Amino acid sequence: MWGDFFTTSVLVATLASGIRLATPFLLAALGEAIGQRSGVLNLGVEGVMLIGAFAAYFTKLRTDSALLAVGAALAAGAVMGLVYAFMTVVMQAEQGISGIGIFLFGLGFTDLLYQKQVGTPQPVSKLGKVEIPLLSDIPWIGEIFFQHNVLVYVAFLLVPTAWFVINKTTFGLNIRAVGETPEAADTLGVSVRLVRLQTIVIGNVMAGLAGGALALEVAIFQQNLTAGQGFIAIALVYFGAWRPAGVMAGALLFGIVSAVVVRLKTLGIVEGASSSLLSMAPAILTIVVLVIVSGRIAAPAALTRHFDRAT
Amino acid sequence: MRTTTRAATAALATLALVATACGSDAEEAVDDAVDEVEEVADDAEEAVEGEVDDEPAEAPAEETTDDAADAEALTIGIVAPSAVNDLAFTQSMIDSLDRVGEERDIDVQVTDGTFIVEDGGAALRGYAESGLDLVIAHGTQYGGPLAEIAAEFPDTTFAWGTSADNLGLDNVFAYTVRSDQGGYVNGLMAAQITDSGTIGVVGPVEAGDAALYVDGFVAGAAAQDPAVSVNVNYIESFSDVALAAEAATAFVESGADVLTGTAQMVVGATGVAVDQGIPWFGTQSDQAPLGADIVVASQEYHWEVILTQIFDAVEAGEPGQVFELTFENGGLEMIFNEGYALDDAIRTAADEAIAGLSDGSLATGL
Repeated sequence: MWGDFFTTSVLVATLASGIRLATPFLLAALGEAIGQRSGVLNLGVEGVMLIGAFAAYFTKLRTDSALLAVGAALAAGAVMGLVYAFMTVVMQAEQGISGIGIFLFGLGFTDLLYQKQVGTPQPVSKLGKVEIPLLSDIPWIGEIFFQHNVLVYVAFLLVPTAWFVINKTTFGLNIRAVGETPEAADTLGVSVRLVRLQTIVIGNVMAGLAGGALALEVAIFQQNLTAGQGFIAIALVYFGAWRPAGVMAGALLFGIVSAVVVRLKTLGIVEGASSSLLSMAPAILTIVVLVIVSGRIAAPAALTRHFDRAT
Repeated sequence: MRTTTRAATAALATLALVATACGSDAEEAVDDAVDEVEEVADDAEEAVEGEVDDEPAEAPAEETTDDAADAEALTIGIVAPSAVNDLAFTQSMIDSLDRVGEERDIDVQVTDGTFIVEDGGAALRGYAESGLDLVIAHGTQYGGPLAEIAAEFPDTTFAWGTSADNLGLDNVFAYTVRSDQGGYVNGLMAAQITDSGTIGVVGPVEAGDAALYVDGFVAGAAAQDPAVSVNVNYIESFSDVALAAEAATAFVESGADVLTGTAQMVVGATGVAVDQGIPWFGTQSDQAPLGADIVVASQEYHWEVILTQIFDAVEAGEPGQVFELTFENGGLEMIFNEGYALDDAIRTAADEAIAGLSDGSLATGL
């Protein structure tokens, strides 16, 4: 029976599925990584993803425009970023509690909006696949990497972009400085609050986009659509040691393991109690890797620490 | 008739948008209360005028009777895991309560969306403390907290489903559904529709009516054509729409050309079915709105059949019993989607199966 899994077509489809599943995790985790590099922890990623997902879904439902739907997800993320920045940077509220508040708000608010504005489940059309010319025709490779919707490509292109911004630009240097020693950065004329506000907005915009990518992939919205993906994204930031490439590796690992589990169960290779246990594999694997790497990585020194110039 | 309580929004009261949104409900409640006060005042004035005019107090007497009837309305609180309009498990119960409410005086309060069991337990306790006539725990997953709460409130009557076990408590009614019967009919039809000989089933957790439906579906397909392969994937979640979609996609990529599934997360799978133009068989509620062209038929639950029995038992003060929905008692109904061109022979076979399951000449074997 295992032979059914180890066929070219199934393996190719599984890897393509893994990339598809990894996309929302990657977008959200990349944004969270940028925020954490500046010293801001946002446990509200899940809530922002939900708001982005609803914004994208509702816009798609009303306008049938994928472009507007993505724009709505980005805008929703930006608004939530400004709210979170106001709470944690301006008002200096405790980041962990504030993040949980944002999560609960997103969970309740999107459910409320859904019930009031949509009501019963109404499907929308899915984002179409964009097949990259020539590359998509490459046997196996083409199907795995180059036959996805546009948001999948955007997510993976943001990995080198984020790396470049963090490591090769003045803005990135400021982010790292603010996240490690905000007092020193301040003495050098860097506005700690402004940098953190910017990273929070960027992170939330990406979380909103992650939610939008999810909603447009499944082509429907439902209460708690994200089902914990935002929290997994936060874990993947630690998994990836706050580096874009590491975050991508974590997202891919999680996505591919999830895809493998789905295929094994779909093909009837694992059933019953084994199937239930296998469903936990992605989370267990992530925890195991986190435990293994935790001693070798260091979080940004100023993570969750407020900065008050007066003190 | 009912109010929807959302635990999550309570935690968000600090945010203006929710406060604003809830404000309209609050205003409506206040308006209702004002209307009731005005009605009472009018009644009092009419009663006084009747005494002063020394006329027979027929009209006030009638109103008093109405008021008494209002006071005797059966008060019910229901806790459900998903939204009231999920086109699945929760909606089937809410629709049934609405139908019962057309013929019976009931006052229903709903707490939906409590997919977190602890939240559901808190809601159950709240209803129990408020002294309602009946508290319904609509979800197998609430069995744990219910066992504890029902024992603490022996004078409150509870109903719990889907379950064939009333927890050994006299104040708990259990209700279940022979979802395998509709599953059997769906499976029987699916086996005749498939060209590839492969059918995919997306399930939540292997428990309750979901598992029974899946087992019935597998049995029906096997009875029709043992050569047909029915593959089942329990995704271990009632809410993960993305995973349900991925499971359906995996089925399609593995050659399945007919799909079915159960529980509220199947909207992800129906999306794949719509996208791929693959026939879909539904259960719990009529799922034709999810795919007007691809939904073949849906097994619909009519909880009102057992709700009526439970309400009668509550009013009669009878101890907890176990009830179940079947084709025979009208609690199950197959809804055939007119938008799907079902072959007449398949429809006839389905009708015969329904008749056989109703009169007992056919059994699912479960």
